[in-house]
Amino acid sequence: MTTAIETLRDEPLTIGGRAFQSRLLVGTGKYPDMETMVRAIEASGAEVVTVAVRRVNLDRSKESSVLHFLDPKSFFLLANTAGCYTAEDAIRYARLAREAGFNDFVKLEVIGDEETLLPDVAGLLEAAKVLVKEGFKVLAYTNEDLVTALRLEDAGCAAVMPLASPIGSGLGLLNPLSIRTIKRRLHVPVIVDAGVGTASDACVTMEQGVDGILMNTAIAAAQDPVAMAHAMRLATNAGRTAYLAGRMPRREIAVPSSPAKGMLD
Amino acid sequence: MDVVINGEPKQITAGVTLLELLSELELDPRAVVVEHNRKIVRRIGLGEVTVQDGDAIELVHFVGGG
Repeated sequence: MTTAIETLRDEPLTIGGRAFQSRLLVGTGKYPDMETMVRAIEASGAEVVTVAVRRVNLDRSKESSVLHFLDPKSFFLLANTAGCYTAEDAIRYARLAREAGFNDFVKLEVIGDEETLLPDVAGLLEAAKVLVKEGFKVLAYTNEDLVTALRLEDAGCAAVMPLASPIGSGLGLLNPLSIRTIKRRLHVPVIVDAGVGTASDACVTMEQGVDGILMNTAIAAAQDPVAMAHAMRLATNAGRTAYLAGRMPRREIAVPSSPAKGMLD
Repeated sequence: MDVVINGEPKQITAGVTLLELLSELELDPRAVVVEHNRKIVRRIGLGEVTVQDGDAIELVHFVGGG
C-alpha cells in the first residue's frame, strides 16, 4: 500500500534525454489573442509548447512571432512540421526550425489527406529516418496503428504520438484499445496528440497509461481558454494518478459495498 | 536588383549581403532563419553571402501552432 502522497510522486516524462515534470504538452495556435495564449499556457502548467515554422510577415514582423510573447527561456519549444504533405517538405521545415537555435527536437507531421489531416505514414517513416540520421530528436505524429508505431520506434524516433481522434476535431479518445496496445509494445514514450475536446477526454486518455498528452484546440477554442487550460492540467494529473493507482476490475454484476452481515431480522 | 523574398518579387539594393538585406527589411537576424536558394544560411554566415539577381530567399520564424 502506498499513501496518496506517495502515489502522486511520479517519475518525470523523459523524451530524448530531457526530463519534464508536466505530462501535458500544449500548442500555441488558434488563440483569440496572444495575452490569452500566454495566460492559458501558464495555467496549463505545460513545459513543452509547440510552435510552427512560417514565413515572416514582411510588413508586421515583430507582432507575428510567437516568441515576442512567449519567453523561450521559460518553455521548451517544440517546433512542428504542420502543413507539410511530403517527407521532403517536412525535412525542410525541421531543418529550418533547428536553425532557430533552441533545440534539436521536432514534432514531425507528414499529412496525407486534407479533409482528415491523417498522417501519410510512408512519408512519415521516410522523413523520420532522414531526420534521426541528422541528429534530430523526432516526435512522430501518427495514427493509432501499432505497426506504424513500431516502425517509427525502430527508425529511432524519441517519442511516438498517436492521435486520439483527428486534429482539431475534439472527438476525444476514439480507440483506447489501440492506444493501450501501442503503449504496451513500445519502449519510447507514447504521447497522445490531437483530438482531445474536454477535460474528461484528457483524463480517459491518461488513464490508458500513456506517457503524456498534447493538445491545442481544446484549450484555445474553449469559451474560456485559461479556465480550460487549468481543467486540462487537473484532468491530466487525475488520469495519470488513476492509472498509477490501478483501477478496480470491471464487473457486469453488482457487488454490495456495505456488509451483507449484521442486517436486522 | 530583382529577387524573390517569401514568394514575393522584390527590388533590393545591388550587392548587399543577407545580413544587410535583413537590416534593410528591419528584421533582427537573431529572430529569423534564412534560406537562400533552398540552402539554409547559418546566422554567423549571413554577412558572407552576397545576394545575386534572381535569388530566392525565404525568411521564417516561429508562429503559433499545435
